[in-house]
Amino acid sequence: MSLLDIRGLTTAFQTERGEITAVEDISFSLEEGEILGIVGESGSGKSVTALTVMGLLPSPPARIASGSVRFAGQELVGLSDRQMQRIRGPGIAMIFQEPMTSLNPVFRIGEQIMETIRAHERLSPRALRDRAVRMLEKVGIPSPARRMDDYPHQLSGGQRQRVMIAMALACNPRLLIADEPTTALDVTIQAQILDLLMDLRDEFGMAIMIITHNMGVVAETADRVMVMYAGRVVEQAPVETLFDAPLHPYTRGLLDCVPSLSAEKPRLVAIPGSLPEPSRRPSGCRFRPRCGLAVPACAAAIPPLDPQGPAHHVACIRATAEVPA
Amino acid sequence: MTRPLVEAVALRKHFTLGGGGLFRRPGETLRAVDGVDLRIMPGETLGLVGESGCGKSTLGRLLIRLIEPSDGQVLFDGTDITGLSPARLRATRRAMQIIFQDPYGALNPRMAVEDIVMEPMVIHGARPDAASRQRVAEMLDLVGLPRRAALRFPHEFSGGQRQRIGIARALVLKPSFIVCDEAVSALDVSVQAQIVNLLQDLQREMRLTYLFIAHDLSVVRHISDRVAVMYLGRVVEIAPKAAIYDAPMHPYTQALIAAVPAPHPAGRAARRAARLRVEGEMPSALNLPPGCRFHTRCPFAMEVCRSVPPPLREYAPGHMTACHLHDPQHRPATLEEAAA
Repeated sequence: MSLLDIRGLTTAFQTERGEITAVEDISFSLEEGEILGIVGESGSGKSVTALTVMGLLPSPPARIASGSVRFAGQELVGLSDRQMQRIRGPGIAMIFQEPMTSLNPVFRIGEQIMETIRAHERLSPRALRDRAVRMLEKVGIPSPARRMDDYPHQLSGGQRQRVMIAMALACNPRLLIADEPTTALDVTIQAQILDLLMDLRDEFGMAIMIITHNMGVVAETADRVMVMYAGRVVEQAPVETLFDAPLHPYTRGLLDCVPSLSAEKPRLVAIPGSLPEPSRRPSGCRFRPRCGLAVPACAAAIPPLDPQGPAHHVACIRATAEVPA
Repeated sequence: MTRPLVEAVALRKHFTLGGGGLFRRPGETLRAVDGVDLRIMPGETLGLVGESGCGKSTLGRLLIRLIEPSDGQVLFDGTDITGLSPARLRATRRAMQIIFQDPYGALNPRMAVEDIVMEPMVIHGARPDAASRQRVAEMLDLVGLPRRAALRFPHEFSGGQRQRIGIARALVLKPSFIVCDEAVSALDVSVQAQIVNLLQDLQREMRLTYLFIAHDLSVVRHISDRVAVMYLGRVVEIAPKAAIYDAPMHPYTQALIAAVPAPHPAGRAARRAARLRVEGEMPSALNLPPGCRFHTRCPFAMEVCRSVPPPLREYAPGHMTACHLHDPQHRPATLEEAAA
């Protein structure tokens, strides 16, 4: 049994101009201790996927239109807020791009970490404080016992990110969802935070779902990768396969359009156009208007996510077509 | 020898933070740019990298005199622009423009695209007539927007298209020098490549000189001829891009490059183990460390680094760095000795 198993999930939002689907018919699973990278650009549905799993989308306007989210065998779709609260923390925890979304500016950080633990476990005040200090130490905050009394504004961006990770890990979750955890950080701090996440996975064996638009972050961390475009999964593969033999034209485009630090490219291969608005998605394959391989048949139906190799799935009827020179 | 198009001489910008703030001692000085010497040659792209708060955006704004320096000079095509009268400064300004990171925040939402692009011409005395509208249409062609975009408003466009509007506005006066301040940072990667290509095409067609400020080292390598690395208000290394990326001299540059995620997963565990790391974070520009500003995080810091600021010196043709490790007077026999 997978730790997380999502089948046919569709999340929709009510808007002034009718209902739009942010995430449509997606299926994937995550094993204990595995790191899954979810890649996509703004509007791909990657963050909505994470928030759906966490049960953090306000309803209305959001609703799970169909599908199932099973965590450790338990169905999460349809759980009450109170039941979800018991899953969040010891089951699934989440960290965000902007740590201040998780930290309350008017409370000391030590108090906030202890509050998280207190919500799920009964510990003596002494044991509670020790655990919080240990968490701060674990995430690399220098002189953790002293920093317990700091307020969030007294910390740098990188340190706030560490405190948020300490809070997320305080109840020893089995799954950590990290939504663009390093996007707001400078590159040396990004490297420190990614190292920390990898070390914590190795130490605690938790699974991590890392959501990012940065292919480099995926290459550094993920065991498996899922690429999303306009609300749907277009490709899923083990990380080496995805980078060595990407099959979906969008994945190939994503890998080609990023400049390299080590090799010179004379000119970047850009993907023409931009992501369609949810209300103006084209018929058939959503990537079709931007795709160099598109043929009339691509407009006929949304291509299913089909197996193309060991653990490799691609939603493209032209996946094996030759790239025109 | 060709004359630099833009030259900074001992350039400084200190901000005095006013007293009265709840958490601030009165009269603190933030040394955003603290003694920068720099030359940008005609037609080249100089990349400028460094972490948030290193002063790179302030330096970009100083070079086109969007803000006034506290000390030092900026020469534009040989003329000191720091002392120019407002009238003469305006004439010079035609030649220098800036493209911002947030294409939406930089465009007036109540103005049609035509008026946005035409505005710099009007400020510089053109009439909003048929000839000006024709010029706007040509600019839209140039940046790859349909001519019918002229009558629409910024919110009707995607992020990439908005950045094209910002570029059209920056180029309408036919400038020679453009500061690109994180101009592609906010864009999705597929669109980012379109804009990078556009900037390169325009440079070729209009013989533009760029200062390309960005925190993404891969994009900077792609677009630049030379790269300058800033740390806490100073340039710590400047060199042709191949030298910066393949043979960086300053430990900070080395750490920056080592921190960039690799483009492929192969060998990542070994890479992680071997990577040069810097601990901690950049200190505040309100409270600069003595000596070399990087010594608090440098794995190779020596005694001298704690007290004597290293000068920016040329150690190979065109390759300058400010680091005692390379100075024969201080240089340790081996790196092991330095690390000890």
